[in-house]
Amino acid sequence: MFTVILYITATTLLIVSLSKDKERTKKGLKKSCDTLKNIMPQFLSIILTIGIMLSVLSPQDINILIGRQSGWVGMVIAAIVGSVTLIPGFVAFPLTAALYKSGGGIMQLAVFITTLMSVGIITLPVEIKYFGLKVSIIRNILAFAFSFVTAILMGVFLT
Amino acid sequence: MIQLLKKYKFFLFIVFINCILIAFFPDVGSKSIDISIKNLIEMLIIVPPIFILLGLFDVWAPKELIIKLMGEKSGALGIFLSIALGSFSAGPLYAAFPVAMVLKNKGCKFSNILLFVCAWSTTKIPMLLFEGSSMGWAFMLTRLSINIPGIIIVAYIVEKLTYNKEKNLFRKGEAK
Repeated sequence: MFTVILYITATTLLIVSLSKDKERTKKGLKKSCDTLKNIMPQFLSIILTIGIMLSVLSPQDINILIGRQSGWVGMVIAAIVGSVTLIPGFVAFPLTAALYKSGGGIMQLAVFITTLMSVGIITLPVEIKYFGLKVSIIRNILAFAFSFVTAILMGVFLT
Repeated sequence: MIQLLKKYKFFLFIVFINCILIAFFPDVGSKSIDISIKNLIEMLIIVPPIFILLGLFDVWAPKELIIKLMGEKSGALGIFLSIALGSFSAGPLYAAFPVAMVLKNKGCKFSNILLFVCAWSTTKIPMLLFEGSSMGWAFMLTRLSINIPGIIIVAYIVEKLTYNKEKNLFRKGEAK
């Protein structure tokens, strides 16, 4: 749905841009093509790495690690699993929803989701390329720490 | 050719690992290929519109306007716009970095760029809708309302800690 809106927007603006200035449009597209070419090796590496990780670590394993009554240990494990893996939304949410229904703790799941989204060990090389080492490390550490704050607050509000 | 190989050396290394997996653990190996293909398709679907918009933004958006809206003196409006821009996106976090670079070249404030990246990672609308429908709307809304102040705090701390150092490093020639 969202992707459709994105496509419609991109196509419309592309047509408008082409009708206004062909050369300029070409220049812009060429620029983003170059960016894409530069980033492609990393994109592909990330995708394959995720594939390997998810095939080795099954949802059942994750369930055992961060499932019900895993407490603080579970939270730490959830945070580490969430930071290291990069699970796309269409896999992650059905997984967390299943864990939730089978009695998984809100705090563990919140920490898992938040780190999953905001901390990226696999994507770190790409981030460093654009932001530099220091910014990337600090951002990821802070995001990691803040995941625990989020989880604890959610535990307070929702249970 | 050699340059191309060099660029893809890490990728080829992972392909090699995957081949080993297929040879010795066919189950795990083929499952990993399945997952990779699924992810690859998702990426290929999302990449064209994002990069078209990125290219158009690059040549059309006037620098003065971006500086005014999201630059050093943009204040609350800049914060709002950065979060909104990051949230109205789709695609994985690593797609956000090239966009962030273009914003930087247009004169966007550093903390706003960080905010944009943080928003892209945690408050993406398609993700929120998915989260709400699978985890319940209370869960989604609670997380969202904790995370919005959270990403603002994180972005400002990162900017304060790295002020003027990495900021200058972060420029066009970086992504080679």
